[in-house]
Amino acid sequence: MATARIVIVGAGPAGIRCAETLVAAGFKPMLIDENRRDGGQIYRRQPQGFTRNYATLYGTEARKAQDLHESFDRLRGAIDYRPDTLVWNLTAGQLCCVSQGKHSTVDYDALILCTGATDRLMPIEGWQLAGTYSLGGAQIALKSQAVSIGHSVVFMGSGPLLYLVASQYVKAGAKVAAVLDTSPFSKRIGALPKLLARPGLLFTGMKLLAQLYRAKIPVHLGIKPLVVQGDAETGVSGVRVLTARGETLNVDCDAVALGYHLRPETQLADLAGCRMRFDEASGQWWLAVDEEGRTSVSGVYAAGDGSKIRGADAAEHAGRLAAMALLEDLHQPINAGLRDEQRQALAVMDQFRLGLAQAFPWPAEQAKALPDTAIVCRCEMISAGELRAVVSEKGACEVNRAKAFSRVGMGRCQGRYCSQAGAEVIAAAAGVSVQQVGRQRGQAPVKPLSILTEEVSP
Amino acid sequence: MTVQKADVVIVGGGLMGSAAAFFLRRRGQSVILLERDQIGQYASGVNFGNVRRQGRYLGQLELANRSWTLWKRLPELIDDDLEFIASGHMRVCYREDEIAELEAYAAAPEAAQLDLKIYRGAELHQRFPFLGPDVKGGSYAPHDGHANPRLAAPAFARAARRLGAQIEEQTEVAEVQKVGGEFNITTTDGRQFNAAQLLITAGAWGQKLSQQFGEPVPLDTHGPQMAVTEPVPYALPTVIGVYTKISEEVIYFRQIPRGNIVIGGGYRSKPDMLNRRAYVEPRSILNQMEQMRRLLPGIGNLNIIRVWSGIEGYLPDSLPIMGPSGTVDGLFYAFGFCGHGFQLGPGVGDVMAELISTGSTSTSIEPFSIRRFAHLAEQRSKAS
Repeated sequence: MATARIVIVGAGPAGIRCAETLVAAGFKPMLIDENRRDGGQIYRRQPQGFTRNYATLYGTEARKAQDLHESFDRLRGAIDYRPDTLVWNLTAGQLCCVSQGKHSTVDYDALILCTGATDRLMPIEGWQLAGTYSLGGAQIALKSQAVSIGHSVVFMGSGPLLYLVASQYVKAGAKVAAVLDTSPFSKRIGALPKLLARPGLLFTGMKLLAQLYRAKIPVHLGIKPLVVQGDAETGVSGVRVLTARGETLNVDCDAVALGYHLRPETQLADLAGCRMRFDEASGQWWLAVDEEGRTSVSGVYAAGDGSKIRGADAAEHAGRLAAMALLEDLHQPINAGLRDEQRQALAVMDQFRLGLAQAFPWPAEQAKALPDTAIVCRCEMISAGELRAVVSEKGACEVNRAKAFSRVGMGRCQGRYCSQAGAEVIAAAAGVSVQQVGRQRGQAPVKPLSILTEEVSP
Repeated sequence: MTVQKADVVIVGGGLMGSAAAFFLRRRGQSVILLERDQIGQYASGVNFGNVRRQGRYLGQLELANRSWTLWKRLPELIDDDLEFIASGHMRVCYREDEIAELEAYAAAPEAAQLDLKIYRGAELHQRFPFLGPDVKGGSYAPHDGHANPRLAAPAFARAARRLGAQIEEQTEVAEVQKVGGEFNITTTDGRQFNAAQLLITAGAWGQKLSQQFGEPVPLDTHGPQMAVTEPVPYALPTVIGVYTKISEEVIYFRQIPRGNIVIGGGYRSKPDMLNRRAYVEPRSILNQMEQMRRLLPGIGNLNIIRVWSGIEGYLPDSLPIMGPSGTVDGLFYAFGFCGHGFQLGPGVGDVMAELISTGSTSTSIEPFSIRRFAHLAEQRSKAS
């Protein structure tokens, strides 16, 4: 049944390896991607005409980026590639797409969602000021447009991306004012046994840190973020944190990049009716998939950070595995040896990701400590105090109810930035676990859709 | 197992049930309200938010007027303003012959309190310069307006609770029996409730209970199609809706003071009654975009940021089921408001409370009686 209409959404490491595996099996999948070029977020390809080399652009990840791009270039003629195309909604068997203001539909028999992840954010007083970015946003500015988000940038949060993006900024010649990590050094020591599952990657991480020290960038571990300083007119002027020793530290800067590792992009899976599950290690809702990437909905598969946050290397393996799961379900022959290799590699990466979760924990307690005046939902400008009030005064102890009453998660980002922190605020105010308050239901459109969008006749 | 007793048990915690609980408490009746999920979760919480009287069935305006006086008493009535704004409502049309129909409606004696004014031609486009050139005329209702549906039912339920009503969420009715002069209600978690009077305000699920009492109604379910834009400066206080007989042309919008434009209308979707979820059909969104460009050309490049649906109950004559049961003493209904119940909510609660407490109501609700479908029960018994 080489005629099966297979659609992959997302042309990052998972999507490309998935397409590659399907092409090798004689299929011609469609690969839809929101970006203009392949590579996804981590291996984002610079626009045509930009000439920075791989080492400059991707640093320690240069070889992998080049491998993936070359694989994609070889595949290009064997797949139906649709760049610059947003899948904004879906129904059973049909995707709704928009590209350059034109709407069209795509029918599918099988769907593989490789939709990736975005930054996981915890609010801080003042983070609505102009000049506050997510780590991913700071990275896009650099990779895609070769610009820094400010003249002097503070990187704050926790997780591997904090060090990766900071070192990429240093390498690009931008001024990094400080790297402020909420996770104390002791957490890293505790997580070492698990992190040693991937000694190479651990070494890369240490190298990044060494680069920062060598460049004399102040790095502080175990800090508590207090406030992003500045005013509405001129934006960010600095940050104030408490150091691990309990001293107040002020750092002048005109931009802040914030992030606490990643959260999966699950809107399409949610709209498809796929089951979600609560991941204890990271404390967030993930897509429920089997070992090979089958979701709870027949014909819908998922791979990469959009289903399980395990990073780019794991995404490549998971992309291949999901393709093989689909091939198996289509009664096609598969290479059992290759499948076992992917599984074994992923088992190691699972161990590593548990180590990362332990080394760079999500700072749930910050939500509880957030002052009432701090903004939780930046799109709608709703404060922690307003959100707490709907819990205490209106009994909204479930996130969708709290959203209905408070508007947290109702704005442009549709909860991408705020819903996880919002859930922590609600849980703390209600005195229950964050799992108990649930998760915000996904609603179309996946990204804002212009009213000028017009249908094209098929 | 203890049986919890009250004067009235209400099944269904939407706006109708919550408002009825509130007004029953004000009349001194003890009340237990049973809601299977959360208060105001389905039709009540997801509708457009029109507090509109014009355009209704003329025989419903007396009820709508009673409700309007209650809306005007917010927030002091329930200590919550529900974001109600009497901003005016404009019902526009694309054809000259439809203007005559709007005029006839405006001239009806039942519509006198609405103070409707017909606009057309240059005067129309001068008064509402943002409307597209296809708009030929319109009927302006200066006292109608809009409110936030997400807040309404929960606010009435909280107000009822403050007055002593017992509100039980996550409580699904398994069985209702009338024994002697009283109703015995058993929930799926095994609790028991008892009352001499029972009010069914179960929306799209109302007919399940009416059927148990031998009063089936041909209720159908639809999902409204709603969308909202990103915020832009507040410039369009008037609610605008299109009067037309072509379903694709049905579109209405309102801007809220924080700037977002809420849009509804067009096609309806078929809800998934098993999982109790309703989705917006993609074609509805595309149709709404096309219709909005026609109605409000200046909407330009605004983005839709979210769409939503819900589960509404409809009757074939587009009128609700409201009033006493035709067969069982002490049983009352208020459900199936056919997508236009939001404005009526406070009035329905008030009228049902009056009816249940005193045995009659000063507001005419005869056209909504469940007895209009009594022939269905007869047909069924003949067939069996």
